[in-house]
Amino acid sequence: MRAVFLVAGAVFKESVRDRVPYGMVMFAVLMIAASYLISQLTAGQDLKIIKDLGLAALSIFGLLIAVFIGIGLVSKEVEKKSVFGLLAKPVTRAQFILGKYLGLVLTLAVNLVVMTVAFYLVLFYMDMTMPAMVKAGWPAPAPDPRLLIAIGLIVAELALVTAVALFFSTFSSPLLSALLTLGLWVAGHFNSDLRRFENVVDVPAAAWVARGLYYVLPNLAPFNVKAEVVYGMPVSATHVGYTLLYALVYISVLLTAATAIFRRRDFK
Amino acid sequence: MTAAIETENLTKDFPVGFWRPRPYRALDNLTLQVEAGEVFGLLGPNGAGKSTTLKLLMQLLYPTRGTARILGRPVGDVSVRQRLGFLAENPYYYDYLTAEELLSYFAKLFGYRGDDVPTRVTRVLDEAGLGAERRMRLRQFSKGMLQRVALAQALINDPEVVFLDEPMSGLDPLGRKQVRDLILRLRARGCTVFFCSHILSDAEALCSRVAIMAQGKMVASGKLVEILAFELKGWELVVANVTGEARAELDKRARQVTPLADGRFMVDLPPTADPARLMHELSGRGIELVSLNPVRDTLEDYFVQTVAAAAPRQTGGV
Repeated sequence: MRAVFLVAGAVFKESVRDRVPYGMVMFAVLMIAASYLISQLTAGQDLKIIKDLGLAALSIFGLLIAVFIGIGLVSKEVEKKSVFGLLAKPVTRAQFILGKYLGLVLTLAVNLVVMTVAFYLVLFYMDMTMPAMVKAGWPAPAPDPRLLIAIGLIVAELALVTAVALFFSTFSSPLLSALLTLGLWVAGHFNSDLRRFENVVDVPAAAWVARGLYYVLPNLAPFNVKAEVVYGMPVSATHVGYTLLYALVYISVLLTAATAIFRRRDFK
Repeated sequence: MTAAIETENLTKDFPVGFWRPRPYRALDNLTLQVEAGEVFGLLGPNGAGKSTTLKLLMQLLYPTRGTARILGRPVGDVSVRQRLGFLAENPYYYDYLTAEELLSYFAKLFGYRGDDVPTRVTRVLDEAGLGAERRMRLRQFSKGMLQRVALAQALINDPEVVFLDEPMSGLDPLGRKQVRDLILRLRARGCTVFFCSHILSDAEALCSRVAIMAQGKMVASGKLVEILAFELKGWELVVANVTGEARAELDKRARQVTPLADGRFMVDLPPTADPARLMHELSGRGIELVSLNPVRDTLEDYFVQTVAAAAPRQTGGV
């Protein structure tokens, strides 16, 4: 397990020294800050806009980091041949894959913590500056701790997307991996429609295919509880628990498949 | 002595083509044994299968057929890598790290902890001549410096067997000498060195045994003293201050006289010539001796003959 953590640490160090995540985090923090200004232009919807934009920024910029670093995690090592030096050490290919994955998840987690802190600073500022009368009309307090539930599920979703990107990275080019990962992310948010495909189409074969895809493709809709949290609606612990369990199982399957593919690869 | 490295009928085919891939045989039935403690050179022209052999031994490639063992263990056994060092051809390492960070990372992968890590890192960086550059990022390194880092990382675990793919590549003459000395030091402490090289003079100076590869096959192997008869093939004489009369005398006796820079001439004499007597005769005419060397069979001659005689590569239907 030590080798896994060492590889993960190297991935994290690489991302810390890489300017791309910094740029994305800076941009996200600016966007969260800007949401405060945008909210000033609206009447009565200011807090909702800040929360919506803040959570969207976390989600989108986290996704960009997950995809654009994730797709290069393995393919870049193979392309630049740095994998030769690493796999000649007492490191199994499974440890390499798991280390790469955990390193990027750690990077994502740290970036999301930075964005979350910026998000909460804006919300605290809003809470302090707004009169009590306005605050009384809010469905939930500005620095609502329940936002952390939505953010936690965003992290889980991004961890799953990272596993998808890593999986594609083990056998395809970075460009194709990016397209496939982003495609799966979009499909994953509309996955529940595939389950009800037979209500729309009369062809049984198409319905079977759609149902098969429903089970194979990641179902990302349950990870999105932004609306519930913004409007102060309850999010059940059962939903969160099952969603996290689903993420864990899906990630495990993807990493197992990625390892199986990577184990068989020849490095010319 | 026990074999440090053994391969038996090691074969590797690569598929070539997209729609109907055909096998391209990069390595064909390689069977060899390298004894513990010897410096073994795998020689051959580009595309001969040298790097493929090394990658199969490091399990960066999987064989189509055949087996390989290192230190008595199958190459797939990860634990054996604890005792190995590997330098890849044209190596690339994480350029966002400093030389010190890279080597610390690799030392930790070998399981070293605490003070042992910086001690080892300092030692191997000093040995590689990079003591002063240890805190520079690798992206600032020249090709030769990267090659030294690559060599240092191959030695971080005091390996019992070291695989070096073109270790002199990108090095200046001083760097090449340092690497040669390093290999000799490794041999002195009982380390087995398996290296691939194009530079035959290095192989000739360092190796106790060599194998020559051509078109994926081993076409010759053995101890250098057995391969090369070291027969005298002639004399190579370099002289200066040659007058017209002396030049005519040289032309009569030599197989060839080649003018060099600054009025010097290289004289190719047959093995039967007596260069001492010739010089004695010519010195009276003011000729100055610059150098005199016997010409013997070299590894390069043997290499060229062997590779030229190799059968064409087999493609398709293997």
